[in-house]
Amino acid sequence: MDNKKMYSGWFLVPALTIFTLFFIVPMVVSLFFSMTVWNFTDFKFVGLDNFKMFFTEKSLNISIKNTLIYAVLTCGLKVVLGILIAVFLTSAIKTKNILRSIVFFPNLVSTIAVGITFSALMHPSKGLFNKVLENIGVPAIDWLGNIQIALFSVVGTDVWKGVGVATVIYIAGIQSIDKTFYEAASIDGANSWKQFLNITLPLCRPAMNSVIILAFIGGMRTFDLIWAMTGGGPGFATDVVASIVYKQYAAGFYGLSTAGNVVMFILIAVFAFPLQRYLLSKEVN
Amino acid sequence: MKKKKYLYLLGDIVGIAAAFFIFIVPFIFMFMNSIKGRREANLLSIGFPDQALFENYLEVFKSNNYVVLTAFKNSFIITSCAVLLLIITCSMAGYILARRRDKMVGSLNFIILSGLMVPPAIMPTIWLMQGLHIYKTLFGMVMIEAALQIPFTIMLYRGFIATIPVEMEEAGYIDGCTKIKLFTTIIFPLLKPVTATVVILNAVTIFNDFTNPLYFLPGAKNATVQLTLYNFMGQYSSSYNLLFADVIIITVPMLILFIILNKKIVDGMVAGAVKG
Repeated sequence: MDNKKMYSGWFLVPALTIFTLFFIVPMVVSLFFSMTVWNFTDFKFVGLDNFKMFFTEKSLNISIKNTLIYAVLTCGLKVVLGILIAVFLTSAIKTKNILRSIVFFPNLVSTIAVGITFSALMHPSKGLFNKVLENIGVPAIDWLGNIQIALFSVVGTDVWKGVGVATVIYIAGIQSIDKTFYEAASIDGANSWKQFLNITLPLCRPAMNSVIILAFIGGMRTFDLIWAMTGGGPGFATDVVASIVYKQYAAGFYGLSTAGNVVMFILIAVFAFPLQRYLLSKEVN
Repeated sequence: MKKKKYLYLLGDIVGIAAAFFIFIVPFIFMFMNSIKGRREANLLSIGFPDQALFENYLEVFKSNNYVVLTAFKNSFIITSCAVLLLIITCSMAGYILARRRDKMVGSLNFIILSGLMVPPAIMPTIWLMQGLHIYKTLFGMVMIEAALQIPFTIMLYRGFIATIPVEMEEAGYIDGCTKIKLFTTIIFPLLKPVTATVVILNAVTIFNDFTNPLYFLPGAKNATVQLTLYNFMGQYSSSYNLLFADVIIITVPMLILFIILNKKIVDGMVAGAVKG
């Protein structure tokens, strides 16, 4: 059978045209305009000045650190909490179906709506969180106003919204494990913890890799939750690269904004690509 | 054995209690405050209202000259057009990528994989859209949303098509069926399950998208649902009742969708994630 004749390359054209025009072309062009001062009609080439500024100016380079903290923390928490919830929800409890739905649903809620709600819950004087703390005798926390805490408050909200996806991916992974492994292990006298360590965890590896990659990249690209909850503040304490891209755009510094975008490409290339490579290579063995 | 039964019962109780406090309470909080008066809602408590004011919803709909309705209309147009475009273009592309074996396919697969990770370059996209005179138009927004979901959608189709045996197509081809007919009459009807996944996942993503409309669709008459909510945040910063009424208006369609399509949505998410 003539493979090439039967499967015409023309079928690729519509999808590739749209993708190339609206994704690849802007991406390639951004490499050039990131080295300019630009207002869409005119530009002035300035070499690597934008990048120099991005890496030296404290209000800008803090965003790189924050992006990495945010990605690592949200990813780590989702990976760990997700598998714990998934193990719990694949046990013989009766309410597991309804609990799965409850844990998953926040993922479908608009990020802005979640941001508004949690900002209200985290209100320094009136918020429900601090009311609860007050009742158990813990001093109130300024969740979103304290420079040391704000980023972690947003991270917590992100995990609240996203842990459901991690959970359902793990559940699918756990359910595909052959039940006879567990039977054999319990005959050999392995307790639940040993079974979790020696059967569930290694055989869930592909599911875990999906969760890691998905959560890490999602964390690196995050913008809307931060923008809805803190707007990058207080000061620059919760600014991530994506919010810098928006701020510089809003301020009219299009060249610098584009440079921010390129910094994001670099971060993904330096961290996410090797991470995926590494995880996939482990999976094959 | 009996001890185990009690343990599971305890698990049920703890699980439900934890789920209630962690995941349900924020939704109760949204709802309670959406039916309170302005003063009461601004206290941000979770208690029942003195008097349930469902008029808040009406007021939100009426505000800014029915902008919420316009926003729903725009979001609906963008979402449905983009999803339709994705189904047509990506089922075709996924078909070829699943079947053909040559160098080009290998490099395309790499591009698609990268497209899943790399964020869009915002400023050049605006510049390009201005050049094409489609900046701030619904058409432009549809194109952007489609372009951003193409890698993921192609991947879903490619994975599904790879599981369909090739014999039928070969028989059709030998019988003189044209390539287009082969695809539309033999392959495409078999793609119903994955198309359902494609529709649900992309519809949720595009409907909930905030960032891209913020950049590519500014302006009052182009409001989308998420943009309206964001603008209300500024406008109603001292009327939490109306703000939360809008939050509820946006959340309820998703809740209904989830109640109806629960299993499909969850399975689709898992399939999409694991294949990525």
